Amino acid sequence: MSKILVIAEHLDGKLNPATARAVSAAKAAKPESIDVLVLAAQAAGISAEAGKIDGVSRVLTVERAENAHPLAAVLAPQIAKAAAGYSHVFVPSTTFGKDVAPRAAALLGAAQISDVMAVTDATHFKRPIYAGNAIIDVETDPAHIVVATIRNASWPAATNGAASAPVEALTLDAALPGHTRFVGLQSGKSDRPDLQSAAKVVSGGRGVGSKENFDIIFKLADKLGAAVGASRAAVDAGYVPSDMQVGQTGKIIAPELYMAIGISGAIQHLTGIKDAGTIVAINKDAEAPIFEVADFGLVGDLFKIIPELETALG
Amino acid sequence: MKILVGYKRVVDFNVRIQVKPDGTGVVTDGVKLSANPFDDIALEEALRLREKGVATEVVIAAIGPADLTAHLRNGLAMGADRAIHVVTADAVQPLTAARTLLKLVEKEQPGLVILGKQAIDDDANQTGQMLAALWDRPQATFASKLDVAGDKATVTREVDAGLETIEIDLPAVVTADLRLNEPRFIKLPDIMKAKKKPIDTIEFATLGVENGDHLKVTHYAAPAKRSKGVMVKDAAELVAALKQKGLL
Ligand SMILES: Cc1cc2nc3c(=O)[nH]c(=O)nc-3n(C[C@H](O)[C@H](O)[C@H](O)COP(=O)(O)OP(=O)(O)OC[C@H]3O[C@@H](n4cnc5c(N)ncnc54)[C@H](O)[C@@H]3O)c2cc1C
Repeated sequence: MSKILVIAEHLDGKLNPATARAVSAAKAAKPESIDVLVLAAQAAGISAEAGKIDGVSRVLTVERAENAHPLAAVLAPQIAKAAAGYSHVFVPSTTFGKDVAPRAAALLGAAQISDVMAVTDATHFKRPIYAGNAIIDVETDPAHIVVATIRNASWPAATNGAASAPVEALTLDAALPGHTRFVGLQSGKSDRPDLQSAAKVVSGGRGVGSKENFDIIFKLADKLGAAVGASRAAVDAGYVPSDMQVGQTGKIIAPELYMAIGISGAIQHLTGIKDAGTIVAINKDAEAPIFEVADFGLVGDLFKIIPELETALG
Repeated sequence: MKILVGYKRVVDFNVRIQVKPDGTGVVTDGVKLSANPFDDIALEEALRLREKGVATEVVIAAIGPADLTAHLRNGLAMGADRAIHVVTADAVQPLTAARTLLKLVEKEQPGLVILGKQAIDDDANQTGQMLAALWDRPQATFASKLDVAGDKATVTREVDAGLETIEIDLPAVVTADLRLNEPRFIKLPDIMKAKKKPIDTIEFATLGVENGDHLKVTHYAAPAKRSKGVMVKDAAELVAALKQKGLL
C-alpha cells in the first residue's frame, strides 16, 4: 500500500489552495495514508489549515528560521529526509513546486513526473507534453519513490473534512546550505480574485495596445468580479506584470469563464486555458485561431465592444 | 569564468504536434527542429556576460543523436566558443540528463551553468534543479534578471506571487525564463566562422552515467478537443448567452 507525503505550499502564514488540489490527486491513488509536510518558520496557522483538508492523516511540521522563505536549496534536503518511508511525494505544480520538487527528487535518486493531470493508480499517471498537444501515460518503476508535481487545473481542491488531522512536530537531521539567500519578493498585491483559483478570468493580449489601455480590461474584470490575466505578448510589452501570464510557460488555469480579449490564440496560450469551462473570444480578426476553441466568439474592435458589454451588463 | 550552457534540440515551437494513430509517439519525421527557445535565451545571457567581461568562455552542451552537429553549429554561430556533444541515439529523461551534465561540470569546472527553464518537448522543467542538487550548488530557476558580481549573483525570478530576488554563491545553476533577454539573430559571416569552432564528441556510454530513466511511457494520446462554439453578433447577445449558461 502506498503512503503519500504532500508538501504544503504557503505564503505569509496562509496555506496555498494548490496544496488541497495535490491532496485530491493523492486521494486518487487510494493510498493507506496521506501526510502533509509543512516547512515554515512558524507553522501553527498553516498546519491547522492543512489538518482540516479531508483525507489528510497527519500534518508534520518542521519549524526552522531558515524555512521563512521558500528556497529550494534549503527545503529540498528536508523533503528528501522526511520522504523516508513514503512511496510518493506530491508537490503542487506551481513555481514553488516546480522549483523544489526536482531538487528533492534528485537527492532521492528518483525521476519526477511533472504536471500530473490524472492518476490511474499508484504507479500509472497521465501528464501533458508538447504544450498539452499530447497526453502521455507514464508508468513508474517500483524500485524508486515516486516524486510528482500536480497540475493545479486538473484537480479540484479537496474540501475540508469533519475532523482535524493530528499535527506532529518533526525533527530532521538535515544540513542546510547557506549558499542561497532570500533578498525580497515584489508582489503586485491586489484585491482582485487570485488568477489561479478564480471562477472568472478576463485576459488581455497585445491587441489591448498599451499599459494605459489595459485599464479597460481591469474595469471589465471588476464589474464581473473576475481575476485578470494576459498573454505573453502583453506581458513582454510591459502592459502588465509577469505573474499575470497565462499559458504554457505562465499559469495554467481552469476558471468557469475565461474571456480572451485581443488575444490571437497561439498554442502556447491555449495550453493555459484548455480546462476552462466556457471560453469567450473577442477579436477583430475573424480568422484568429482563438475562435477555434471559443464557446462564444465575437468579432469586432475591443474598444467598441467592451463599453457595450458594460452597458449590457447593467 | 567559464559558462556552460545546455543547448537542447526540440521540435520547433511553431509545429502543430500530431500524435501517431497507434499511440506509440508523436510524429517527428520531416518536422522542423530548432534549439529549445529557452536554451537560446540561456545562451544569449552567457554571451552577454562574456561581452561584459564577466565570462571568458561560453561552452554549449547537448545530449543527443549523431545528427546534432548542425544544431550545435547554430549555437556556435550565435557566439559560443565551443561545443560538447554527448552522443546517444536515445532520448534521455531529465534525471539522466542532469547526471550527464554533472559529468561535464566536473570536467569543465564552470563558474556558472545556464539552462532553459524547460524544454518545450517534454515540458518537464527539471534538469537544472536536478543538476544543482547533484552538484550540491545553488539554483536560481525561472530567471528574468541576472547580475553577476565577483563570486556571487543576484537573480530575479518569475514566481506565481510576483518577482522574487535571491542572492546565490557561485558556482551555481541558473535557468532562463522568457523575459531574461531577447536572443540575437545569427548573421551569415558568423555561420562561416562557426565552422572552425571545435565540437568535442563524447560517447554517452563512456561517461559511466547511472541510468535515471525510471519512467516508462506506455501510450500517447491526442488531448480532448474542445468543440467549436458559436459566433454571437454583439455584446448584448453575448451577455444573454452567458446569463443563460448561469455564468453571469
Ligand atoms: C517558448 C514559448 C513559450 C511561450 N509561452 C507563452 C505563454 O505562456 N503564454 C502566452 O500567451 N504566450 C506564450 N508564447 C507566445 C505565443 O506564441 C504568442 O506569441 C502570444 O501568445 C501572442 O500574444 P497575443 O495573442 O496577445 O498577441 P498577438 O498574437 O499579436 O495577437 C493580438 C490579437 O489582438 C487582436 N487585436 C488587435 N487589435 C484589436 C482590437 N482593437 N480589437 C480586437 N482585437 C484586436 C489581433 O487581431 C490579434 O489576434 C510563448 C512562445 C514561445 C516561443
